[in-house]
Amino acid sequence: MARIIVVTSGKGGVGKTTTSAAIAMGLAKKGHKTAVIDFDVGLRNLDLIMGCERRVVYDFVNVINGEASLNQALIRDKHCDLLYILPASQTRDKDSLTQEGVGKILEELSKDFKYIVCDSPAGIEKGAHLAMYFADDAFVVTNPEVSSVRDSDRMLGLLSSKSRRAEQNEEPIKEYLLLSRYAPDRVKLGEMLSVDDVQEILSLHLLGVIPESKSVLNASNSGTPVILDEKSDAGQAYADIVARYLGEDKPHRFIDEKKGLFGKLFGSK
Amino acid sequence: MPTDSQKKPYNVPALEFKSSTFAVPVLVLASNDLTAIDEQLQNKIQLAPDFFKNSPVVFDVQELNKQNLDIDIAELTGIIYKAGLLPIGIRGGDQQQNNKALELLIPVYSPHHSVSTEANKPETQKQSPPPAPKAASSTLLITQPVRSGQRIYASGDLIVLAQVSAGAEILAEGNVHVYNTLRGRVLAGVLGNTEARIFCSDLQAELISIAGNYKVSEDLNESIRNKPVQVYLQEHTLIIKDIA
Ligand SMILES: Nc1ncnc2c1ncn2[C@@H]1O[C@H](COP(=O)(O)OP(=O)(O)OP(=O)(O)O)[C@@H](O)[C@H]1O
Ligand SMILES: [Mg+2]
Repeated sequence: MARIIVVTSGKGGVGKTTTSAAIAMGLAKKGHKTAVIDFDVGLRNLDLIMGCERRVVYDFVNVINGEASLNQALIRDKHCDLLYILPASQTRDKDSLTQEGVGKILEELSKDFKYIVCDSPAGIEKGAHLAMYFADDAFVVTNPEVSSVRDSDRMLGLLSSKSRRAEQNEEPIKEYLLLSRYAPDRVKLGEMLSVDDVQEILSLHLLGVIPESKSVLNASNSGTPVILDEKSDAGQAYADIVARYLGEDKPHRFIDEKKGLFGKLFGSK
Repeated sequence: MPTDSQKKPYNVPALEFKSSTFAVPVLVLASNDLTAIDEQLQNKIQLAPDFFKNSPVVFDVQELNKQNLDIDIAELTGIIYKAGLLPIGIRGGDQQQNNKALELLIPVYSPHHSVSTEANKPETQKQSPPPAPKAASSTLLITQPVRSGQRIYASGDLIVLAQVSAGAEILAEGNVHVYNTLRGRVLAGVLGNTEARIFCSDLQAELISIAGNYKVSEDLNESIRNKPVQVYLQEHTLIIKDIA
């Protein structure tokens, strides 16, 4: 049986797709057969971040409608044999996704995969609902600002009441906080919420902090998940997150200000 | 297959009467001023529109009749319908009022029932000699955070052990206890119990209300913000007291 992870947020543009691509790659690189599914029908871009947009033949909706088999639609990643991408449709409208159809596909994937990562669209409407409905774990991606935190809180409410696990009275979805686009210097200036602020509002287990980083843009331009850029801070942050999720003990990084050369030399605070 | 069913020795009955107890809010009227009733009813409903939508309600005119205040039953039910409630009974009416209600297809209830707003416990309680402690049986306990967009309703007391987020709403007919940070909206005594109280260990609420008397965040005094407090009503005024 696979473990189904939804990467969700409520608010748009906080880094869900970046995160989905990175952790799916990270899990696969650790030796787990992983599928990553784009639930953002009509606005697909997971395939761009994964660099497989030119190999898309069939998509998620084709499989739901029975126009293609799952095997035909899954795209094997070019960097890692254990990673497969199920792209979203660019042309269909959101109503093409049905709960029954999604359930069937996840069930079929579950037989063969260890992890299934669902990249949720923004909002709390149907697409986002279907992305989280069958989840076992939720990675709640939040930016350190009030509106993002508020939307995450709303999403957490839905996870605990409108999911399959909630409806069937099973053990609740495991929820993790991923604080993304974190800039310690801006926190210090009071322009952003701190890790502690966000933790206090959401009271949620922190899986990791991903720093605001130029490497994310570079990675998406070149179509390689940022986790493959092992020298970059964001890449390392995602590697830590995957390790922690798999049970390794890694101290948190990227929370404090980087000390500049001056700081290093004189150990100033 | 009609032939099949005819072979059966007995016909399975198509219906059966069973006795069941429902908790239905009772609208106890203290004035026959229809304009005031209309206005105050709307205000109450605004506090929890989802909860009251299409909710059945019994209206009680006993107090009015004691004071010889007459009220037009047809107009009153009109006001109740307009507020989105569904009147399903009159209580404490005189002969003429009861007849009028029946004309409007509204059943008549005897006034002997307890008028207390907390009386939505099973019928059996009438017989049992020592009244059980009120809160215990009808207390709703919540151990998970109440998140933005979520709503919790308790027909008795409500105890929340986790945080209540901004954008969440918790309501109780009785008291509300929050042993954590309270950031959302909290309404106690929602059916008019002015004795209800609110307790919380860190007050940052968006709105607090007891029996319809409310304060919004902006009205909260800085001195009690982020403090453990209790809230109660004293002559229609919310009193918020530090209990540190
Ligand atoms: N850690 C980061 N540092 C810098 N930029 C980032 C970071 N994470 C994401 N971004 C940028 O933020 C933008 C949105 O990212 P992404 O597409 O992953 O968000 P999303 O939550 O999937 O958005 P949507 O809600 O539209 O699906 C992109 O331009 C991405 O490059
Ligand atoms: Mg996205």
